[in-house]
Amino acid sequence: MKVVLEHLTKRFPNRNKKIHTEVVAVSDFNVEIPDGLLVGLLGPSGCGKSTALNLICGLETPTEGKIFFDSDDVTDLPPEKRGVGMVFQNYALYPHLTVRKNIMFPLQNFKGEDKLTKEQMNERVMQAAKLVQIEELMDRKPSEMSGGQQQRVAIARALVKMPRLLLLDEPLSNLDARLRLQTREEIRRIQTETHITTVFVTHDQEEAMSISDFIIVMKDGVLHQMGKPQDVYDRPANLFVAKFLGTPPINVFAGEVKKGDVYIGADCIYRGTKLEDREVWVGIRPEGFILKKDGALTCDLKAVEVMGRDTSIVCENEALTGQPTVRAIIPAETPIETKGGNVRFDIKPAKLYLFDKQTEEVLEGIQ
Amino acid sequence: MKKRLKETGRGWLYLLPALLFLGIFMVYPLIDVLVYSFEESYNFASQSYTGVGLYNYKYVLRDPYFIQALKNTFIIVIITVPVSTTLSLLVAYLLSRITKLKELFQTVSFLPYVTNTLAVGLVFMILFKKTPYSDGMINILIHFFGGESVDFIDGPYWAKMMVMCIYTVWVVMPFKILILTSALASVNETYYKAARVDGTSSSRIFTRITLPMISPMIFYLVITGFIGAFKAYSDEVALFGTDLNKAGMNTIVGYVYDMLYGDSGGYPSYAAAAALILFMIVFTITLFNLLISNKKVSIGGGN
Repeated sequence: MKVVLEHLTKRFPNRNKKIHTEVVAVSDFNVEIPDGLLVGLLGPSGCGKSTALNLICGLETPTEGKIFFDSDDVTDLPPEKRGVGMVFQNYALYPHLTVRKNIMFPLQNFKGEDKLTKEQMNERVMQAAKLVQIEELMDRKPSEMSGGQQQRVAIARALVKMPRLLLLDEPLSNLDARLRLQTREEIRRIQTETHITTVFVTHDQEEAMSISDFIIVMKDGVLHQMGKPQDVYDRPANLFVAKFLGTPPINVFAGEVKKGDVYIGADCIYRGTKLEDREVWVGIRPEGFILKKDGALTCDLKAVEVMGRDTSIVCENEALTGQPTVRAIIPAETPIETKGGNVRFDIKPAKLYLFDKQTEEVLEGIQ
Repeated sequence: MKKRLKETGRGWLYLLPALLFLGIFMVYPLIDVLVYSFEESYNFASQSYTGVGLYNYKYVLRDPYFIQALKNTFIIVIITVPVSTTLSLLVAYLLSRITKLKELFQTVSFLPYVTNTLAVGLVFMILFKKTPYSDGMINILIHFFGGESVDFIDGPYWAKMMVMCIYTVWVVMPFKILILTSALASVNETYYKAARVDGTSSSRIFTRITLPMISPMIFYLVITGFIGAFKAYSDEVALFGTDLNKAGMNTIVGYVYDMLYGDSGGYPSYAAAAALILFMIVFTITLFNLLISNKKVSIGGGN
């Protein structure tokens, strides 16, 4: 099912009642979520992504705007009429019920024609349990299970009523690092098997990039960019998106365009843009550096960290902003002299981005 | 071995003050009461008794006043504990649902708790008592709806028992409301959200989610409610005065008091026997409650 958000806006009254300004959690969202994809809704903490999810779910009503599921306007429908399944951050499994009863709970709510017999219910429950591979845990209580198992039960409970849309709110944040990797592959697998349109919220860009078909990056309630993860990573729309995606993060320098050439300090790192002379932010991805004796950019070497698969070079440059050191990742085979002093790099044009100094929007002009 | 002995000895030394107090003020009196209850016609003044045996129990269990007190106490317990718990749950639930003036209503519902029992009793007297000058508020209301006036304080047994039960329920409710309000507030909001997304009706949310989650608290209130109602006495005095036998509204604790200090008092042996009978009743019922709870009450674990 396709989900369309049109000018979706949600404002909350300020917590402090004396202040009459409103908090804008979601501001003028226009999104079309394609059918059958796994979509990551990504942004830093407090950016309104959970609110956006609650709006889609129906737990919150929008201040303005409309929500469509395919061609149905569901803006004014309560959550139970939308046919969505939701997995909450803390799973919200009923602690007094066994796994079986937890998963069965949504089915027992069906009324009238939809009402299921005991056998049908059991069958559906077992199907869902099989899908998330928890068949042997059916008679346990939630407190007798690990976080990852609880997560699976929560997903099974959301899927058992066969929703048109599955929503996951920070599904992995309560798990430890190893389980997180496992579980995200699990979510990917379940989504692929069921073909159900799935939206999940996360603040972890790596998580979003690794399993999503499509990501939506937002900040302060505003949608910044959406698209395929690789596209968004390769062509960030602005400085925020560029900084937010990628670990280690992008290196940002204060730079300048002079006669079509891009300068960081005195070093000319790129020639032949079509831009007029101006000050810019220069963003270079860590993997965009090529170590070269007569390279364009000169930095002060601080340390070399060997990771095995690749090597990161930590160095300093006066023009760098936002973080203390420049981090360049180069293939492990590259010979490096690890003595102090200067290192010089050439820059891969594909990993180089220019941003407007004021608006921080990306500037076209580099191929 | 020697070292361990020394350490154990030190442990006991630390415990000594507490043990002394407990021994003097709890264990010794308990044993003493037990002893009294078996000593026939014990006399405080001369510290003498005529024999040892079960005579005191036989006497108490045959005493029509005790039988009346036992009956009254059981009626009060059986009526007020379920009624007050259910009503408190209802009030607490409603309090949790409103948003406007929530604090005001919470305070109002809690006020009876900080009010003196005797003062409240007086108010109830004014509401229910029939005097040569006035029929009392309730009777005026009954008249208004075309009923006949009833003397609730000095009248028929059922009328007095009704006032007694209403009064008891009214007195014990604030504490229960307080406990249940906080129990309801402690249920995580996401459970309700999850249930809403799944289309659960609000009655089902209440019976299948809210009730199980606060069941430990409800159970606690039922147990303490039983114990408290079995020990009722001051409430009866507040409404019907000190001569409860004459009013036919005595309770077990009232009977114990009468046997010790009342006009017919001076029988510590009978009082001790009655007190032990009460203890056995409360003990049995609490055990019974615990047995049920182990099967029924679900302790909210997990998140």
